[in-house]
Amino acid sequence: MNKGFQLFPEQASTLAAQVDYLYFFLIAVSLFFSVLIFFLIYVFAVRYRRKSEQEVPEQIPGLLKLEILWSVIPFLLCMVVFVWGATLYFDTYSPPKDALEYYVVGKQWMWHIQHPTGQREINELHVPTGQPIKLTMATEDVIHSFYIPAFRVKRDVVPGRYTSMWFEATKPGEYHLFCAEYCGTKHSQMRGRVVVMEPADYQNWLSGGVANEPLEVIGEKKFRQLACHTCHVDKPDARGPSLVGVFGEPVRLQNGQTVTVDETYIRESILNPNAKIAAGYRPVMPTFKGQIDEVGLLQITAYIKSLTKE
Amino acid sequence: MSTAVFKPSKSQLADQSDGASNYLNAGFSAKSWLLTVDHKRIAILYLISITLFFFLGGLFAVLIRLELLTPQGDLMQAETYNKMFTMHGIVMIFFFLIPSIPAVLGNFLIPLMIGAKDLAFPRINLLSWYIYSVGGLFTFAAIVFGGVDTGWTFYTPYSSTYSNSNVILVAVGVFITGFSSILTGLNFIVTIHKMRAPGMTWFRLPLFVWAHYATSIIQVLGTPVVTAAIMLIGLERLFGFGIFDPKLGGDPLLFQHLFWFYSHPAVYIMILPGMGVISEVITCFAKKKVFGYSFIAFSSIAIAVLGFLVWGHHMFTSGQSVYTSLVFSILTFLVAVPSAIKVFNWTATLYKGAVSYDAPMLYALGFIGLFTIGGLTGIFLGTLAVDVHVHDTYFVVAHFHYIMVGGAIMAYMAGLHFWWPKITGRLYPEGWARFSALVIFIGFHLTFFPQFIVGYLGMPRRYHVYPEEFQILNVLSTAGATILGVGYLIPLIYFTWSLKSGPKASANPWGAKGLEWEKASSPPSQYNFEKTPVVTEEAYDYEPTIWLK
Ligand code: HEC
Ligand SMILES: [Cu+2]
Ligand SMILES: [Cu+2]
Repeated sequence: MNKGFQLFPEQASTLAAQVDYLYFFLIAVSLFFSVLIFFLIYVFAVRYRRKSEQEVPEQIPGLLKLEILWSVIPFLLCMVVFVWGATLYFDTYSPPKDALEYYVVGKQWMWHIQHPTGQREINELHVPTGQPIKLTMATEDVIHSFYIPAFRVKRDVVPGRYTSMWFEATKPGEYHLFCAEYCGTKHSQMRGRVVVMEPADYQNWLSGGVANEPLEVIGEKKFRQLACHTCHVDKPDARGPSLVGVFGEPVRLQNGQTVTVDETYIRESILNPNAKIAAGYRPVMPTFKGQIDEVGLLQITAYIKSLTKE
Repeated sequence: MSTAVFKPSKSQLADQSDGASNYLNAGFSAKSWLLTVDHKRIAILYLISITLFFFLGGLFAVLIRLELLTPQGDLMQAETYNKMFTMHGIVMIFFFLIPSIPAVLGNFLIPLMIGAKDLAFPRINLLSWYIYSVGGLFTFAAIVFGGVDTGWTFYTPYSSTYSNSNVILVAVGVFITGFSSILTGLNFIVTIHKMRAPGMTWFRLPLFVWAHYATSIIQVLGTPVVTAAIMLIGLERLFGFGIFDPKLGGDPLLFQHLFWFYSHPAVYIMILPGMGVISEVITCFAKKKVFGYSFIAFSSIAIAVLGFLVWGHHMFTSGQSVYTSLVFSILTFLVAVPSAIKVFNWTATLYKGAVSYDAPMLYALGFIGLFTIGGLTGIFLGTLAVDVHVHDTYFVVAHFHYIMVGGAIMAYMAGLHFWWPKITGRLYPEGWARFSALVIFIGFHLTFFPQFIVGYLGMPRRYHVYPEEFQILNVLSTAGATILGVGYLIPLIYFTWSLKSGPKASANPWGAKGLEWEKASSPPSQYNFEKTPVVTEEAYDYEPTIWLK
């Protein structure tokens, strides 16, 4: 941050160098074609400059072989770039299994971040190096976009759903965090910094911070506050289905379909419970729309995720 | 005038323009202009209105660049800044670029080029201009009453729920102008199908006409979708219909799909007519048949069709499914190929030509250079992993200005200079015109090239304040914009001057091929041709016999 004049962004994640290689390849291809075109235009322009007003050149209507050549070569090059870009893109948005999960809530005009260990930050994100980190993101209002140029990652945060992205930081330092999607008056002030630390420093930072309860503990409190536990208990005759061990597992619905329980499904179950009814239960769950914000939803989700069968 | 201007012969045609009746002296009253159904006069009405909007949009651009001179927000408030870039985009896109070449040059030239007396529906043509003007007035009113701050993209739910600026007024303005664009497209399609002179077969049409045909298809099929999307925003804002805001049960991404379904093809509405202009100018100033006529013609159609299938490339980071993105990415690469074909064919047209460098040609060569860079950087954006990094940064801003300003406006300037003698019957000062072409070319690069760099560094677009390390590049950009602004003012002055004081133009000052040059006087008579021309040769048939009288 505030590094003075630069021409090229820093590389601070495992992805950065890979994106840059592709970028350099594209620059090389572009240079080749633009230099070729500019050179030809220049040569033709000088060589075939009109000498007299009466001059009429030999007419050449076209040449099929050439047309095919300059259609096929760009096409093939494009396909190479497509495959290369697509593979990397796939990686960008497929977090590894062992990623630590952070939660991000965007809000006009700030970023609210929660660590798995419970620390909360505003417009700052502290992360250790060498550890894949997955961000699960939601917004309270309009669309925002979470962007860390030094990591070459960006993802929109869209109201009404969760989006996610991941990265693995490689170089300790401070980097920009931007909101990249226009979101209203102070869009350009919706930015902060990402602080990348060696794992040991990160541990220090964690313990030095205000002692916070882990996310799922706060989630459990909310769960009780909102009286979810009155229906959702791990007993056979409970009014609602048990939530223990459901995360990531398939559920059968009343209409015969099966869905996998993920963040989005939990969110929908809480805000719009009658959209999908679990098989064997009556649609008695009330909606909690208006009683709980995006941060609270993420906390409860973390709690439900933590409920595993021993 | 410089010596490069071609004077083929003192034919009857040339003499006609002196004193003879033409569309300009057919009537001088305000009514004879405001109620005209002559496509040529309507083209002039458009020329005046879009010029006003161009300089209005340009004024916003100047203010934006001035604000960005420093990293802090010192010239205006964030709110004002957001309105500036929004109105710059809306004015330039909907009220200048989309109508520019089609409504001015297309309107004027298509009947002349195909040997017709007018467009198929002259009254609808006039109606289009009135619709455009009413839409323009609404937008102008919105600006006067405080402006709008949603960005020209109107993304929901910001535009539908959160913004407290004049969204409705602008939405109505854009909604209304949409119909003008649809009607113009329809008019062109019917005209090109039905009104060609005897012997003017499809494959004898000038490429300018092919390009407009492709453009019209997009206008007719695409515009209704954006019109509907904008209307839905209005319904959600006014009556709380839950269409886009999830709090009301809507889907914000639905808006992006609808919006880009039109607005990506709209990019081709802006650039295809320009490509048509370039084909005309290059052939004339190289005195050559165009290289690969049918490849250029069909690449226009291919662009129009494929252009409808790539809208999702604006949404690679939006959270749409990864597989959806893959499909949109590969289609984006496909649409790049026909553009490449055109560039190669134009270059090959120069080969063994007799090339001269009058102002229209300088603009056209500038177009090829800038469009090549714009097109190639489009490949960067179609590449998924790279787009994730540069999406919504200045890289994108630079890319589309290379296409829109470097491409579309350069082509518009090329066309305006090329046909100015035909439209007004006067010659512009060649020296000044070449000078301004050079100034624009230099100013353009200085403005927009640094934006590629600052974009890859990560500076997001639509930022009122920004980190200090980006300042130097922004200062360069602002300096360039100043030069660019001067470059656009010079033609405004000499074109206006030439109207009264420019030397009279002969019917065909460039020695160009085409019915508008060979069979019509400068300016053309009210009904274009003395008698319906009969076409016996292909387009751009620069045979030696014609010049060696
Ligand atoms: C009045 C009883 C009741 C309350 C209170 C209640 N639920 Fe439910 N919940 C149900 C029932 C019954 C179902 C199954 C039918 C359905 O899908 O709507 C259910 C389904 C769910 C599911 C989907 C589980 C699955 O396996 O498909 C989740 C997640 C859930 N509830 C979370 C919550 C949370 C969090 C709260 C507190 C904010 C809560 N519920 C409060 C009765 C309740
Ligand atoms: Cu923002
Ligand atoms: Cu697009």
